[in-house]
Amino acid sequence: MKFNPETSKLDFIKHRKKFFAFSGAFLLTGIILLFTIGLNLGIDFESGTTVDVLADEEITAAEIDQQFAEIGYEPDDIMLAGENNEIGRASFIGGLDQEESLEIQSHFEDIYGSTPNVSTITPIVGEELAQNAVISVLIATVGIIIYVTFRFEFLYGVAAIVALFHDALFILTVFAVTQMEVNIPFIAAVLTIVGYSINDTIVTFDRIRENMRLEKVVNTFEDISRVVNKSLVQTLARSINTVLTVVFAAGALLLLGGEGLRVFSFALVVGLVAGTYSSLFIAAQLWAVLKSKQIARRLRREELKAKEEAEPENA
Amino acid sequence: MAKKRKGVRKSLIAVFFAIVIAIGVMITVTAEEQVDDISLGLDLQGGFEVLYEVQPLDEEEDREIDRELLTDTVSALNARIDVLGVSEPSINIEGEDRIRVQLAGVDDQEQARELLSTQARLEFRDVNDELMMDGSDLVEGGARQNFHGETNEPIVSVTVDDATLFEDITREISSRPPEERQLVIWLDYEEGDSFEEEAMKEDSKIVSAPRVDEVIPSRDVMISGNFTVESASDLAGILNAGALPVELEELSLNSVGAQLGERSMELAVNAGIVGIALIFAYMLFYYRFMGAVAVVTLSAYIYMVLVIFNWLNAVLTLPGIAALILGVGMAVDANIITFERIKDELRSGRSVMSAFKAGSRRSLSTILDANITTILAAAVLFYFGTSAVQGFAVMLIVSILTSFLTAVFGARLLLGLWVNSRALNKKPRLFGVKESDISEI
Repeated sequence: MKFNPETSKLDFIKHRKKFFAFSGAFLLTGIILLFTIGLNLGIDFESGTTVDVLADEEITAAEIDQQFAEIGYEPDDIMLAGENNEIGRASFIGGLDQEESLEIQSHFEDIYGSTPNVSTITPIVGEELAQNAVISVLIATVGIIIYVTFRFEFLYGVAAIVALFHDALFILTVFAVTQMEVNIPFIAAVLTIVGYSINDTIVTFDRIRENMRLEKVVNTFEDISRVVNKSLVQTLARSINTVLTVVFAAGALLLLGGEGLRVFSFALVVGLVAGTYSSLFIAAQLWAVLKSKQIARRLRREELKAKEEAEPENA
Repeated sequence: MAKKRKGVRKSLIAVFFAIVIAIGVMITVTAEEQVDDISLGLDLQGGFEVLYEVQPLDEEEDREIDRELLTDTVSALNARIDVLGVSEPSINIEGEDRIRVQLAGVDDQEQARELLSTQARLEFRDVNDELMMDGSDLVEGGARQNFHGETNEPIVSVTVDDATLFEDITREISSRPPEERQLVIWLDYEEGDSFEEEAMKEDSKIVSAPRVDEVIPSRDVMISGNFTVESASDLAGILNAGALPVELEELSLNSVGAQLGERSMELAVNAGIVGIALIFAYMLFYYRFMGAVAVVTLSAYIYMVLVIFNWLNAVLTLPGIAALILGVGMAVDANIITFERIKDELRSGRSVMSAFKAGSRRSLSTILDANITTILAAAVLFYFGTSAVQGFAVMLIVSILTSFLTAVFGARLLLGLWVNSRALNKKPRLFGVKESDISEI
C-alpha cells in the first residue's frame, strides 16, 4: 500500500454528502429501532437466573430440559453453545433463590462432574451499570473537548465528539438490527470503542493541524478540502494498518475466544470498523464544513468592518 | 551528503543484539514465574461473586445504614471467610448500602454461600418461642467443635457467661409439663417463625431441640445436630466470628464452575496468541526491518504489562485479557505512526539517518495527543465503572503507559542503534520503501 498525496486521485471530500447521508440514515434507523423494538437485553438487564451446564460431550436441549424436569424445574429458555454444543445455557425469568440454585448446581455436578455457572441478577445492577456508563461517557466527552480545545482548537473537539457518538451509536444500531443479546461486557466494549475512536480521530486531526500550518492562505472551502484531503491520504496507510492489526486481535477473540467473549469481541470488531470509517469519512469532513463556515463568517465580518471604516470618509 | 565513506559501526549493532538477547533471556527465564503469580479473577479460575444489599435487622428497622455499619459488616464477613480458608477474598462496599463479595477458588460453593449470609444469631427458645438466652449470654469466642461423650457424634459446644443462667433455664423448663420440656436452639430466628412450623421443614433454622428433663448445673452447653465434623467446626467458627450486625439480601449472584472458568481462560489465551502472532506476521511483512524491531518491543511490552499487573496486585479477569490484547493493538499503533512517518521522510528524499530523526520527533506529539485522550477516557471509566469495567480500565491504562515506554522509547532506542551504525544507509528497501518512490530533490 502506498498513497502518494501528490499523485493520488483519492478524494475524501467530494463525496462527503453521501457519507453524511449514509451515516445519518443508518443511525436514524438505529435510533428508531432502539425506541421501538429496542436492544435484546440479556439477563444482566432483566431479572432472572442463567445456569450454564458444561457436559463432557455434545448435549441436546431436550436432554437438559429433562434433567431439569427430574429435579422439578422448568427453564424458560435453553440455548446450546460451545464448539460441539457441550454447553447448555438455561434461563429462568424471575430468578431462582439461593436454595434452588444450589440444588441445581449439585444435581448437574453429579451428572456431568462439573459445577454449572449460575448467575442471578436483579435488573437494577445492570441498569445502574449502563447508566453509569452513559454518565461516564458524557463526562469523558467534556474532558476530551477541553483537552482538544486546549491542544488543537474547539472545532476539532466538536468534530471528534460527533465521531465518537457516531461510533457508539453505530454499535448500538448493529445490535438493535441483529438483536444479538446485550450483556455487561458489551458495555465495556462500547466504552473501549469510545477510547479507540477518539484516538483514531485525533491522529488524523493532528496531521490536518500540521498541514494547515504549512498553508499560507486558507480562505475558501476548496482550500480547506485540499488540506484535509492531503492529510487523509497521508495518514491512510497508518489508518488502515492500525485498524487491521487491532482487528486481528479482536477477530481472533471473536472466532476463538469462546462464548464468554463473543458479544464483547463482536461489538469491538463492529466498533473498530465504525471508528475507522468515521475518522476517514465523517470527522475530517465535518471539521472542514464547520471550519469553512467559521472562516466565511470571519471574512464577512472583516468585509463589513472594512466597509464601515471606508464609509465615513465618503460621507 | 559528504563523499567520505564512513565504515559501519559494528559496536552499535553488537549492543542491539545484546539488548535483544537480554530481553529474550529475561522473558524466557522469568515469564513462567510471572504468569503463575498473576491472581486470576473468578471468571477464570472458578468461584463466586455475590452482591448483597444491606438491610437493618428486623428489631432495629429504623436504624440507618451508615458507613460505620457497613465497615462492621465487612469485618464480620472477613472473619467468616477466614473460617472458610479462602485466600485473597475481595470484599468491597459499593454505593450506599451494598457489599460485593468475591471468592475465587472455593471448592464447596454451596456451603460458602450459606455460611456467608447466615446472621449467625444463636438463640435458645422454649417451645412457645419465648426467648430464654441468646448469643450475648455466651462467652465470646468460646464456641468449639467437639465430640459427644457417649455417641461420639460431632457436636458444637458453647460456654454460658453467667454461671447460673443455664441452670436457671433448665430448672424452669424441666418443671414444665412433659410435652413442653424442650429447649429449641435456633440459628437466625426471625419474628413470625414458630417452633411448630419450623420443626416440620426439611431445611430448618432449628439446629436442635433437645429434651430437658432435669436441671443441668453446668456452664457448658452441648449442641448436637446432624453435624459432620466439618459442618460442626464451621458453625463453631462462624459463632466465634460473631453475628452480622445487619441482614444481607443477595441482589445478584455470579458463580463460575472451575472447569468452565478454566475453559474460558484457555480459549481466551489461545485466541490472544493467535491474534498477536497475526500482528507480528503483518508487521514483519509490511515494515520489514522496522517490523522486526516492533516484534521485539511488543514482546517486551506484553511481558512488562504482566509484571506491572503483578505489582499492582490486580486481578486478571476475562475483560482484562481482552484489554491486554487490545493494548497490543494500541502499542502497535504507536509503532505504525512512527514507522509511517519515517517512510514519509524517506520518500521525500531524506537520508536514512535524518528520516529516522525527523520521523521519530514528528510522530511523538501525535502519539502523545492520541494516547492522552484515550487515557482520559479510561480514567473516567475507572472512576465510574464497577468491578469488571474497572479491571478493564486498569489494564487499558497500564497498557497505554507501558506501550509509550516500549513502542516509543524502546523502538527508538533499538532502531537508533542500527541507524546510527550506518549499516542501513542507502537501504530504504529494508524499511519497505522502494527506490522508485523516492522523490528526487
